[in-house]
Amino acid sequence: MKRPSAFALVANQTRYEWRIFWRTPISAFFTIFFPLLIFVVFSLVFGNERIDYLGITTAQFYAPSLAVFSAVSATYTNISISTAYQRDEGILKRVRGTPLPAWIYFVGKILSSIAIAVIGTLIMIGVGIVFFGLQVYPETIPTLLVVFFVGVAAFAALGLLVAALAPSGPGATAIANATLLPLAFVSGVFIIPSEDMPTWLNAVANFFPLKHFVEPFVAAFSPAATRSSFSWLDLGYLVLWGVVSLILAIRSFRWEPPTGGGGGRSRRASAKSA
Amino acid sequence: MAVVTVANLTKRYGDSEAVAGIDFTIEEGEVFALLGPNGAGKTTTVEILEGYRDRTAGDVDVLGYDPAGNARAFKEQIGVVLQESSVERDLTVREAIDTYGRVYPKRLVTGDLIDIVGLGEKADARVKTLSGGQKRRLEVALGIVGDPDLIFLDEPTTGFDPSARRQAWEMISNLSTLGKTILLTTHYMDEAQNLADRVAVINNGLIVAEGTPDTLGGRETAHTTIRFSLAEASIGDLPLAPTLVEGPVVEYRTDEPTAVLHTLTGWAVGRRVALEGLTVARPSLEDVYLELTDGEER
Ligand SMILES: Nc1ncnc2c1ncn2[C@@H]1O[C@H](COP(=O)(O)OP(=O)(O)OP(=O)(O)O)[C@@H](O)[C@H]1O
Ligand SMILES: [Mg+2]
Repeated sequence: MKRPSAFALVANQTRYEWRIFWRTPISAFFTIFFPLLIFVVFSLVFGNERIDYLGITTAQFYAPSLAVFSAVSATYTNISISTAYQRDEGILKRVRGTPLPAWIYFVGKILSSIAIAVIGTLIMIGVGIVFFGLQVYPETIPTLLVVFFVGVAAFAALGLLVAALAPSGPGATAIANATLLPLAFVSGVFIIPSEDMPTWLNAVANFFPLKHFVEPFVAAFSPAATRSSFSWLDLGYLVLWGVVSLILAIRSFRWEPPTGGGGGRSRRASAKSA
Repeated sequence: MAVVTVANLTKRYGDSEAVAGIDFTIEEGEVFALLGPNGAGKTTTVEILEGYRDRTAGDVDVLGYDPAGNARAFKEQIGVVLQESSVERDLTVREAIDTYGRVYPKRLVTGDLIDIVGLGEKADARVKTLSGGQKRRLEVALGIVGDPDLIFLDEPTTGFDPSARRQAWEMISNLSTLGKTILLTTHYMDEAQNLADRVAVINNGLIVAEGTPDTLGGRETAHTTIRFSLAEASIGDLPLAPTLVEGPVVEYRTDEPTAVLHTLTGWAVGRRVALEGLTVARPSLEDVYLELTDGEER
């Protein structure tokens, strides 16, 4: 009668979330393939020229910036949408009826989404190196790893917060997309914002965490980068967002479908089909 | 030993009382059924006992725990089959059972469990390809995978075809044979009658009757109806005054059918007359149920 160890439980949950993700083609498409598509299209449309004001090639900018976009999709978007849908369907309610500690459930979701983010990022960087002459500077790799893991952890926590606050699966989808896409434009993911961007918009970009993830990550791919070019300020800000999101998410998390009674859809459907 | 003790349990939603002060206990190894119409308060009661919902008032003890505490050790000993839920569409039956099984300290062997719920042929099928009844069986499997001492089944057979219902009954009886304590809710009189050691009929948040399926609502004794036909001339000579006479048809309603029958048949044999078309009928559980719940579904 021995309780399974926390390690075994975390492994079980992570594998479970991982499996579900890859078996949902739409999420795999938007997380891995879609950013890759943008990368390839941008590199071809703009030509892999040197971007004058940056002094680097198109790929040297877009591979890391879209890798971050992919990583944020894997964590923030994926966790918020899938969790909210699982709640609608009564799956979270079932989990709540088992002895699985809530924190292990969350850790499984976070670890699995981080693993997916690693895959998406490696594919992006790999395609950049093989097809578009992307340069990686070995001395910046420690910086890249630190920025990456702090960034995805923060966005995973933020995904949990959106899941906790969203009214429903479709609601979470709307919130995740309506926040990520505009922010990606002002935070220098798809385009480098011009110098003339209104200050208030700049303030918005600075307030949210995305810019503090993308900028140091892209900077590490610049030929001018050195190991010390990493900003503790950006990092600290990401940590702050992550920790606050996680605390709020745990405090406001709901396990039951919005009706409180149960995920009506499934049972009604099954009563009909039987 | 009482596994579940409920005293004056009350649950209010806004102004309405979903559960309006109920009491019951469930002994170890017992199968206890909450029988009632839609909206009676069955799910509310069960989900309070499972730890999902807070109660407004009253005392609840389940396996020595207050379920509102949601203790891990408590969850390890109970098995929950919700009225409404679903299983991950993209897992296979086996994967789902394995995944949920791993969180319990003791667990049933996946292959055995798949056989117990009769999903052998679907073991490696994706959940989304199962029929409604098959999904429900999987939900039952997930409810008992941790080999719980106490099992909550909220309408376990709704949506089952008649043969699947029989199989489910058999499965539930088997669980009971293994010494499990079971609390089930149902709309079906025959289900309660077949499975339960004790039944509580709940209506509008109140328990209106409680007992074994045979004694429920005084069914054992009350209202037994004795009916026969007799030549009208002899009716006045009957040794007992009938409850009802309609032409040649005579009817008695009695709490003591044995004694009444003895008197009547003794009289008839002595007089060499026949009690034509003699019937003795007890009200069915369904009659009792409809009477208790006013035949009304909210
Ligand atoms: N979350 C809730 N908020 C408000 N009212 C609720 C809630 N849950 C249940 N109720 C009300 O409480 C009453 C009892 O509901 P409950 O689900 O316990 O009934 P039930 O006996 O399980 O019915 P059924 O057989 O239809 O499942 C109903 O009138 C219902 O509308
Ligand atoms: Mg119910």
